[in-house]
Amino acid sequence: MKGWMGKFRALFLLSSLALILSGCGKDNLTALVPKGYGAESAMDLIILTTIVMVFVFIIVMIIYTIVLIRFRKKKGQEDIIPKQVEGNKTLETIWTIIPILLLLIIAVPTVTATFDLADETGKEDAINIHVTGNQFWWHFNYEGEEIQTSQDLYIPVGERVYLDMISSDVIHSFWVPTIAGKMDTNPENENTMYIEAYEEGVYWGKCAELCGPSHSLMDFKVIAVSPEEYDQWVADMQNVDPEEEPQDAVVQEGKELFEANNCMSCHAIGSSPAAIGPNLTNFGDRSTIAGFLEPTKENLVDWIVDPESIKPGNKMTGNYPNVSEEEAESIAEYLMQLQPSEVTPESAGN
Amino acid sequence: MSIAATQKRGFGAVLWDYLTTVDHKKIAHMYLFSGGFFFLLGGLEALIIRIQLIKPNNDFISAGLYNEMFTMHGTTMIFLAAMPLLLGLMNAVMPLQIGARDVAFPFLNSLGFWLFLFGGILLNCSWFLGGAPDAGWTAYAPLSTTSPGHGVDFYVMGLQISGAGTLIGGINFLVTIVNMRAPGMTYMRMPLFTWTTFVASTLILFAFPALTVGLFLLMFDRMFGSAFFDIALGGNSIIWEHLFWIFGHPEVYILILPAFGMFSDIFSTFSRKRLFGYTAMVFATLLIAFLGFMVWAHHMFTVGMGPVANSIFAIATMAIAVPTGIKIFNWLATMWGGSITINSAMLWSLAFIPSFTIGGMTGVMVASAVADYQYHDTYFVVAHFHYVIVGGVVFGILAGLHYWWPKMFGRILHEGMGKLAFWTFFIGFHLTFFIQHFLGLMGMPRRYWVFLEGQELDLGNLISTIGAFFMTFGVIVFLINAIYSWKKGEKAPADPWDGRTLEWATASPPAHYNFKQTPLVRGLDPLWIEKTEGKDEMTPAEPLGDIHMPNSSILPFIMSLGLFIAGFGFIYQTDNSAWLIVLFAGMAILFGSMIVRSVKDDHGYHITKEELEREAD
Repeated sequence: MKGWMGKFRALFLLSSLALILSGCGKDNLTALVPKGYGAESAMDLIILTTIVMVFVFIIVMIIYTIVLIRFRKKKGQEDIIPKQVEGNKTLETIWTIIPILLLLIIAVPTVTATFDLADETGKEDAINIHVTGNQFWWHFNYEGEEIQTSQDLYIPVGERVYLDMISSDVIHSFWVPTIAGKMDTNPENENTMYIEAYEEGVYWGKCAELCGPSHSLMDFKVIAVSPEEYDQWVADMQNVDPEEEPQDAVVQEGKELFEANNCMSCHAIGSSPAAIGPNLTNFGDRSTIAGFLEPTKENLVDWIVDPESIKPGNKMTGNYPNVSEEEAESIAEYLMQLQPSEVTPESAGN
Repeated sequence: MSIAATQKRGFGAVLWDYLTTVDHKKIAHMYLFSGGFFFLLGGLEALIIRIQLIKPNNDFISAGLYNEMFTMHGTTMIFLAAMPLLLGLMNAVMPLQIGARDVAFPFLNSLGFWLFLFGGILLNCSWFLGGAPDAGWTAYAPLSTTSPGHGVDFYVMGLQISGAGTLIGGINFLVTIVNMRAPGMTYMRMPLFTWTTFVASTLILFAFPALTVGLFLLMFDRMFGSAFFDIALGGNSIIWEHLFWIFGHPEVYILILPAFGMFSDIFSTFSRKRLFGYTAMVFATLLIAFLGFMVWAHHMFTVGMGPVANSIFAIATMAIAVPTGIKIFNWLATMWGGSITINSAMLWSLAFIPSFTIGGMTGVMVASAVADYQYHDTYFVVAHFHYVIVGGVVFGILAGLHYWWPKMFGRILHEGMGKLAFWTFFIGFHLTFFIQHFLGLMGMPRRYWVFLEGQELDLGNLISTIGAFFMTFGVIVFLINAIYSWKKGEKAPADPWDGRTLEWATASPPAHYNFKQTPLVRGLDPLWIEKTEGKDEMTPAEPLGDIHMPNSSILPFIMSLGLFIAGFGFIYQTDNSAWLIVLFAGMAILFGSMIVRSVKDDHGYHITKEELEREAD
């Protein structure tokens, strides 16, 4: 008996120790330290439900422990036949009514928050962004701004930004744990959610619905910057001239290779809404390559030469001529200098 | 055929006996054996998943293979391990508990088993034929409709065939319980395990058709060019999610309710007390089953159903906590004031209470729709449903196996090994899954082939993987225990645990007609009642007479084999229409057997009174 409870306690101790050691998870990824409206609403409910449920658990465990201490068969009492109790109306009523009351404590704020997060008043005047989930990347189309981009979603801090979400292929789910909960992107109709970041920062986003082999690599970032920086970024993005001829010879060669290898049939630079592949307008400013790699030239070259080895099942593999390492380097040079804006992930700090 | 003749026979004869048997006890053995095999297979897949996630950016297996691994782990564990293990225990015990000689339809019982087994084998054939299904056990469209290769086709055909078997089994149990209870065994005198078998069978009857329909739509989309889930052609992929979960959520209760029944019987037996609040327990079971059909969309809070639907399903889900809580407290009250014996069966049952309570708690937490926007599709949910399904269903199956092993196999499992298996599995289980609650909230979605470096998810995943090895060790010890008991186990008396219900009133293992004379039931816990009056056996309800028994038949095996062959025809006719021959050949075998079965009169046979008297000597 002692061993049984002892081991159970040791187990909990070990688990909580592990939790303390690992903290609450990575800043700007974890849902446990919310920095946005949706995440905060969820966290409030998580805390409330945890308190109520731990209370119930403690009651159960107290009775359980007493039962195991007091009512084990003792030596010399093997023949004792316990009283055969049929039930007890009062007790049974108590443990029916109290849980109902406890659930009401949880249910009311749940319903309130559910309606609150689905509230769309003020959507017309807010920033609206169309989000499209694709295998295995994210496209962002800023409504009324003629801005198309992918992977890095820029938003102003402290403002409700409405996202209308859809998928171009299978179901994905848009999740930025630190600032908001998740919402599925379905192929048939748009879902709407709003996000609001309280602090500037680069927030990790993840795809949360199984979408194929590279589901786990479909990361993105939400970059919350000050409203001024956001306006600056919008202006910079709108000023991009995709026809501009580069000065540098290597970059010029890269641009020519980019065009010669048919890259433009899927990718776009500028505000063209075509989005078979990610829009590359501000590629040089991106926080990652392919959504999850360090933004270095080497990684980009590896990606261009053999994307399949980096993101299995991606739609780029096999859809362009073979590119040599040297050619890839030139293309990389060209892409990495696509830096239209002063506002970059660094602007958001951390 | 007398009992003596079933002893001392060659391997071929035993094999033939099992292939043709319609005896619920032998069918139970086959369910347990094949369910056990698939449990090991699913466990191996789980171990591979955990090894892949032992460190960040691991490349133990490829992304595509990883998706196949977790798809097959989920599908195997639910449909091919948990379900058949439970159906096995139901088959072994329920007819005995109601004092019946067999189930209502012995032939169908056999057919149900073989359909399940051939469906399971068909599904697993995919491993060797170009890759297993990779769209998750939930097979959401359009990922499942567009998944290349034949993996998802095997999923569709395998589940369709084994699902038909389960449906047949469920209907059979319903008819058995309604019609074949011994005299005096009213509904409100049935043991809780029989009750939960009854309710779970009702759930099977209403829930499995939703899966069948969904699978048919998916099958036609993949194999015959329909567009139920194809958006480009006017279909809708969300319909699949609804159909799947209208089946999928009651499925959870199909699994957990029988486990609840086992715990009720075990707590009562080993506390030497009548089940506390029997009536409340029965109605709580019915209420859980009823509400279980009202909550499927809580799996879909993030689908975009809108706040009204989300709120309704959130509250309906929370409501299930009330009858579940009633059960937990009634179990505690059953033990309160009792004289508790702790052995392996009881250890698993006692471990169930805190483990399942945690699973129930997190169940209420995920029911809170807005909080679920964070939990959904993360490791928090993985932790939650493993606490429910391992902490509830698997603990229940293991408790039930230890409890009824003597009745089923005539041997008692070794206590020392039982305890070793329990402690390692129990510790491993909490080690594996408790930390996953936090991994989920720290930003780790489920079904992730790799987690990246520098996300502070490393330690949690490592602990989880270590736990998986503890669980593996526990399972291996249990296996050794099972083999040991078969070879050298202590012979079991008819009533090794001072039991209360009818199954303990007959020999261990029972004769193939179960009861020489149908017992007369005089109340709840009928054997206990007789014992308190100083008797050691049941009062018979009938004089000794001839017993009518069904004949064995190979037809269920052949029918299932026919569907199995047709399954390949369905899958491969998309590549080459020559495969239609295989399809039609398989179906011809099936329908031919059905015609034989319909035309041929089979009246069974009688064990005469004289034979029964001879055996008694």
